[in-house]
Amino acid sequence: MKIAVVGLNHKTADVELREKLAFNGPKLEEGLRKIKEIPSIRETVIISTCNRVEIYLHVQDVEKAYAAIKDFFVEFFEIRRDSLDTALYLHKDMAAVKHIFRVASSLDSMVVGEPQILGQLKDAFDFALEKKTTGVLLNRLLKKSISVAKRVRTETRIAENAVSISFAAVELAKKIFTDLAGKSFMLLGAGEMAELAAKHMMNNGVKDIIVANRTYERGCELSREFDGRAIRFEDFPAELVHTDIVICSTGASTFVLHKEHMQKVMKERKQKPVFIIDISVPRNVDPGINDMDNVYLYDVDDLRGVVDSNISERQKEAAKAEAIVEDEIETFRKWMMTLNSVPTVIALRERAEAIRKDELERFFNRFPSLGEKERKAIEGMAGGIINKLIHAPTVALKNDAEDKDMLIALIKRLYDLNGEDNEKE
Amino acid sequence: MEVMLFELALTCYFAATIVCLLELFKGSKVTSRIMFGLVIAGFALHTANIAARYVISGHMPTASLHEATSFFSWCIVLLFFFLEYRYRIGLLGSFIMPVVFILMLTSSILPRKIENLSPLLQSSWLFIHTAFAFIGDAAFAMAFGVGIMYLIQEHYVKSKHLGGLFKKLPSLQILDEMNYRLITIGFPFLSLAIISGSLWAESSLGTFWRWDPKEVWSLITWFIYALVLHVRLTQGWRGKRAAILSIIGFCAVLFTFFGVNLLLKGYHSFK
Repeated sequence: MKIAVVGLNHKTADVELREKLAFNGPKLEEGLRKIKEIPSIRETVIISTCNRVEIYLHVQDVEKAYAAIKDFFVEFFEIRRDSLDTALYLHKDMAAVKHIFRVASSLDSMVVGEPQILGQLKDAFDFALEKKTTGVLLNRLLKKSISVAKRVRTETRIAENAVSISFAAVELAKKIFTDLAGKSFMLLGAGEMAELAAKHMMNNGVKDIIVANRTYERGCELSREFDGRAIRFEDFPAELVHTDIVICSTGASTFVLHKEHMQKVMKERKQKPVFIIDISVPRNVDPGINDMDNVYLYDVDDLRGVVDSNISERQKEAAKAEAIVEDEIETFRKWMMTLNSVPTVIALRERAEAIRKDELERFFNRFPSLGEKERKAIEGMAGGIINKLIHAPTVALKNDAEDKDMLIALIKRLYDLNGEDNEKE
Repeated sequence: MEVMLFELALTCYFAATIVCLLELFKGSKVTSRIMFGLVIAGFALHTANIAARYVISGHMPTASLHEATSFFSWCIVLLFFFLEYRYRIGLLGSFIMPVVFILMLTSSILPRKIENLSPLLQSSWLFIHTAFAFIGDAAFAMAFGVGIMYLIQEHYVKSKHLGGLFKKLPSLQILDEMNYRLITIGFPFLSLAIISGSLWAESSLGTFWRWDPKEVWSLITWFIYALVLHVRLTQGWRGKRAAILSIIGFCAVLFTFFGVNLLLKGYHSFK
């Protein structure tokens, strides 16, 4: 009974290879079925995301299973065998458990702490459950890894700080305005990053969106996308009076917004706060504006600085998360150990039961004249004797002792239980 | 007995202040619950102390500087409960409980003898006048705490170093609105305190206004807060400037309260 992980991720394989090995659509079901058919494999779950393709396994023989999975990859995805050489990794036993816990807790992610992976893992597990490719061991392992991930989420602040520029902008806006709903928002110029930030702002409730672009038609197009309104670029200074948040990326080579102008705007706004995000390089907004009261100006470098410090913050939290993972591995290991002894306990009981049956049969054959009442009493007595005899070894097996493996081996030898395959289900 | 109640209340406030300050560095739900428990316990004891003094003396327990300071703190805590219940502003306690504790500590070192009220002051005006004054002052104390929170948070945002308390402090907008609201509560109460005081003076002394130091300083305080509201509404002096003004205003409140009593003489002075 062994747990193994075979797979590749963003650290070991480039995107080209990961793409080829993705279990998309119907491939997932087919893949699950084919892997389950491999003789040495008992249970399997496939997780396939853009950053990782991993097969979680319950196997009899790890090396055999690993070779079989490798063959499967080559055949199933029609790739060259040598392309897998450096990409594919194998984790077994507790290392495999640790790996799965770390994946679920987003410690193995490209952006540590990103929340999607847990959902993806849940989906992968649900799908495998539906297709009945899992059993006692993987069910327990996957459920446990989900609860570990939740524990990490609540006990550390690993997922707390924004680690992308557009999220950082939204986070800041919330610390300036509380609630973004009802705030008006201007997109000055249109760039990919500006659009992304605009989308995040909208997701957080910003309603009134104004687009001012140099080419008016492009502005109109964008404003339709955001359900806002377009204005001519020359008109933006006047609109600023009614705007709370501005994202600027015009591609102009000089400042399009000067301090003198902003001072006028602020006077007209009665100093209502304005948050300006200038993501253009070179900058389009006079940096001196940040010195004014109630105006908060962030350029790309400022936001990047925020993101960098958030990332280092996350790394600190990741250390705490690792400790939680270690802790949980220990509890899982204990559970595994009790599971290991179960077949031996069963075999021991079966052996004792068989002896009882044999002996009773022989005894009753020798004394056929015994009445029903006497027979019952003798059967009961025999049962009592074997129960008392196997009680102590059973308790010893179920206890969580360090020399348990040795104990299992010893009991198997003493009671001659090796004839049966303990691993048979 | 009332002395012991006071000491116990002071101890609770002290412990709450320590927890509040710890919360700045390492806060969690547990610490804020402990803090609340302590403040509630302290407040209950404090209320009992004030009630006991009222029963013993038979008048509003604001007849000595000790009593007045203690009652002032009591009003701040009351207002703190109200704000926490209504708005749940993160870390508000950390900025208000130290003020409460310092006031209580000051109160504790002042003479605690229960004074007989001079016949001049024996009037139901005492209750009206002091209640207005203390509610107003408590709102100003709260505006002071919120103003400091604003300045700290605004420093984080402006300097672009979002470490430390940035996460835990509420948004600038909330802090600014709260500051404004508290002053709009405090200002009418201060006005009422001044008006009721002058009516009282008229009925007991025959004149509305005697240029007593406390009167003068109350008027100065009143002008400062009038200015805060005026420039906010006409010039848009909000945010940082409003926060600084509310801090200056509270300094005037404290001087009116302590400075006048300790340094200057007048019929407002306690014996």
